Amino acid sequence: MLSFALRRLLLAVPTLLFISLVIFLLLEASPGDPLGDVPLTVPPEVKERMREALGLGQAWYVRYALWLKQFFWVEPLYWFDRVFGTGFSQGMQRIISFQSRSPVFDVIAERLPQTLTVVGLSYLVGVMIALPIGIVSAYRQYSWFDQIGTFVSMVGFSLPTFFTGVVFIIVFGIKLQWFPSIYDTTHRVTDWDSFLVQLRQMAMPVAVLALYNAAQISRFMRASMLDNLRQDYVRTARAKGLSERVVVLKHVLRNSLIPVVTVIALGLPAVFGGAIITEQVFKVNGLGQLLILAIHANDMPMVMTLTFIFAVLIVSFTLIADLLYGVLDPRIRYD
Amino acid sequence: MKLRSLMPGAAATAALAAAMAPAAFAERGSDGQVNVIMWQAPSTMNPYLSAGTKDIIAGSVVLEPLASFTPEGEVVPRLAAEIPSVENGGISEDLKTVIWKLQPGIKWSDGTPFTADDVAFTAEYCMNPQGGCAQLAKFEGVEKVEAVDELTVRVTFVSPRPDPFSAFVGAQSPILQKAQFQNCLGEAAPTCTEQNFNPIGTGAFVVREFRTNDVISFAANPEYRDPAKPAFATLLMKGGGDAAAAARAVLETGEFDYAWNTQLSPDVIAGMEAAGKGKNAAAFGSLVERIHVNLTDPSSSLPEGERSTIKHPHPILTDPAVRKALSMAIDRQLLTEIGYGPAGQPTCNLVPAPAAWASENTECLTQDIEAAKALLDEAGWTVGAGGIREKDGKRLTLLFQTSVNAVRQDFQALIKQWWSEIGVETELKVVDPSVFFGGDAGSPDTFQKFYADVEMYANNFEGSNPEPYLARQTCDKAPGPENQWQGENTSRYCDPEYDRLIGEMTQIVDPAERGAMGRRLNEMLTRDSNAIIPLVYRGTTSAVSNALGGVKLNAWDSELWNVADWHRVK
Repeated sequence: MLSFALRRLLLAVPTLLFISLVIFLLLEASPGDPLGDVPLTVPPEVKERMREALGLGQAWYVRYALWLKQFFWVEPLYWFDRVFGTGFSQGMQRIISFQSRSPVFDVIAERLPQTLTVVGLSYLVGVMIALPIGIVSAYRQYSWFDQIGTFVSMVGFSLPTFFTGVVFIIVFGIKLQWFPSIYDTTHRVTDWDSFLVQLRQMAMPVAVLALYNAAQISRFMRASMLDNLRQDYVRTARAKGLSERVVVLKHVLRNSLIPVVTVIALGLPAVFGGAIITEQVFKVNGLGQLLILAIHANDMPMVMTLTFIFAVLIVSFTLIADLLYGVLDPRIRYD
Repeated sequence: MKLRSLMPGAAATAALAAAMAPAAFAERGSDGQVNVIMWQAPSTMNPYLSAGTKDIIAGSVVLEPLASFTPEGEVVPRLAAEIPSVENGGISEDLKTVIWKLQPGIKWSDGTPFTADDVAFTAEYCMNPQGGCAQLAKFEGVEKVEAVDELTVRVTFVSPRPDPFSAFVGAQSPILQKAQFQNCLGEAAPTCTEQNFNPIGTGAFVVREFRTNDVISFAANPEYRDPAKPAFATLLMKGGGDAAAAARAVLETGEFDYAWNTQLSPDVIAGMEAAGKGKNAAAFGSLVERIHVNLTDPSSSLPEGERSTIKHPHPILTDPAVRKALSMAIDRQLLTEIGYGPAGQPTCNLVPAPAAWASENTECLTQDIEAAKALLDEAGWTVGAGGIREKDGKRLTLLFQTSVNAVRQDFQALIKQWWSEIGVETELKVVDPSVFFGGDAGSPDTFQKFYADVEMYANNFEGSNPEPYLARQTCDKAPGPENQWQGENTSRYCDPEYDRLIGEMTQIVDPAERGAMGRRLNEMLTRDSNAIIPLVYRGTTSAVSNALGGVKLNAWDSELWNVADWHRVK
């Protein structure tokens, strides 16, 4: 197991380097210009100066090497300095966003809490709803509960969040005025009342995303339960005279959870990636909104850094899922 | 420049008068918080590092210039004691130096005095060649800026300047505090994140917290020169979402007091206004949506580097009758109604304002399909196969390009229809805005390269002096390989007489004469040659809550130019 993990970790290094190069080249090849939004009233000579100030005058491989150095050397040094109060990164240029001219990682750090609370919570809520629905749906296959569950998950699957989000805003935000339609990122939870305010403003985005996540996971759970319910060991357990409760919740559920856990683990990087559309609809302004804005503005350092962090997360969560699989299922051994 | 509230005039005046009265007695910070939503979120507070309107607006809450433009396009003093002129001795006889006298007693929000040194430093900051200053054009032709004494600044120009109000005038070039920014010159400019996000200013508010592309919290500036202002204790500027959601937050849910740039289709706005929580207001600056006619041949059979250059005149569009017919066939009234509603006016002018410069050029406002047909017949273009006109084996077929934008695509479809009625076949093309306006010399799809026969976009000028704007339509400003396709004379209009008049204009000082010359130049480009076919004079629109008073929408300067006067209407 350990050697497997080490081998995979080592292999991840060239994979990630390759991914970073591909992302960089894709961004390089894509049309568009970081100064595309600059008004036409700004003369071309001034634009040229601005372009040079952004470092765009150099060849692509120079800029790529610079980014690598900044990402893998300057940024870690900077954070090391922050923690230990040392001064190794003095005078070194961190990765700077084209849009705001501020360090990319500071902006990401500022955005992470919003994304984790809203998107993370919705994932948690989604999982908590999905598992019981999946279990009951499978155990009582084709019952009315299963039919409703299937219907709800189909709705969750097929309705895009930009639609459900706007419907929620119109119904609960404008008509009923129960919830605010705009998320206040400056809100601080200090007491019971401010906590309620926070709950109110999170209610709609969390609900929209939870519906979407729950739909997917409940289908996995149901399918996996159905597979296991038909197994011989279930019949044996029943024949032994075990109660239905023990049969379903102990024997079947445990075995069915194995693939579901991997699915959940694989979905976790998406939590960090933020929910691009939902964040935009409710103005949560987390990482998803940051990415989409950066893409629109052709903010190369920001897009590059964000997508690369997502790549790192995906690669590491895949590894975690693989290892979890081994831990949960004793039949699987990585030797 | 007209400020047009969408309320009926009398009601608006009454409401304004009622709203102004309590403001006079209010004290600083007595009105709580005002919420502003900017659907394009501000990225920085320093307008010298970003030319984006959203960032300039955010910066204008804190940073102030020496003088501002009013909604009518006039220059009014702000940090300056008066506007320099030849009469008051502020502008020298040879028009090469300008003396700005500063208002005494002004303090930065940190309590230190505001002096002429700060003004001179600001010029040094922007004119530094390594800084990549986005507002460098404001300082064009400035030789030096010196602090004569504590409260006097002298600006020296390389050549005479009849209209010197570019540097330090308007929200694009406000004054930075020397003490705060002195280590941020040149290459260090972008690394000064702390300074760029939290500039110390003289304006009505100070930054309390800045989150880039998300939200900015402001608090009333304790050192602001008028002790009774601002009426609001705090200002929250939230970013994100889209124009419709922003308008909804003001007009329907009432969560916000002011939404910037709510350019939406007129029926959508009308539906939202029906909720009775606020109004969409419009202000007009100099933005004109127009069609540029390519006077050079964009044909793909020409070698790269010669397409759309002066070397090869356009086979069809060099015929003035065709250009005139194209203009006559367009119903500008209908375009305006469909695309912009009250936020637009049909126009035949490239320079629609200020009043002294706006030509009485209204001939094109009535569509005349029959006359257009007759004109083409007369010029020898006869109707051929499929109803398309032809002459000497050349068919009247045009490629019409523009950027991706719902209103522009509606316009394209309508214009295509009208042109087909006069026997002109039109092929439509749309380009992503970041490519179209990106100016990448390697791309064939930029508006400057103009590998099409006609194209549509909007442009405006900053400040209230259209001279530099008109000067960009001379022969040598035509984009081509020799200037990396960067010129702004996209029509490739080239008339020696025009160039001569532009040269003459730099010598004229008298405002009335300048206006007359400007009108003449504008007519040469539009009515006389139809090299540029203006369509709609576009306003900027913003949604204002009924609970917010004191808003005077301004298209010549930052929309928040008078945020100090904003107050709560109870």
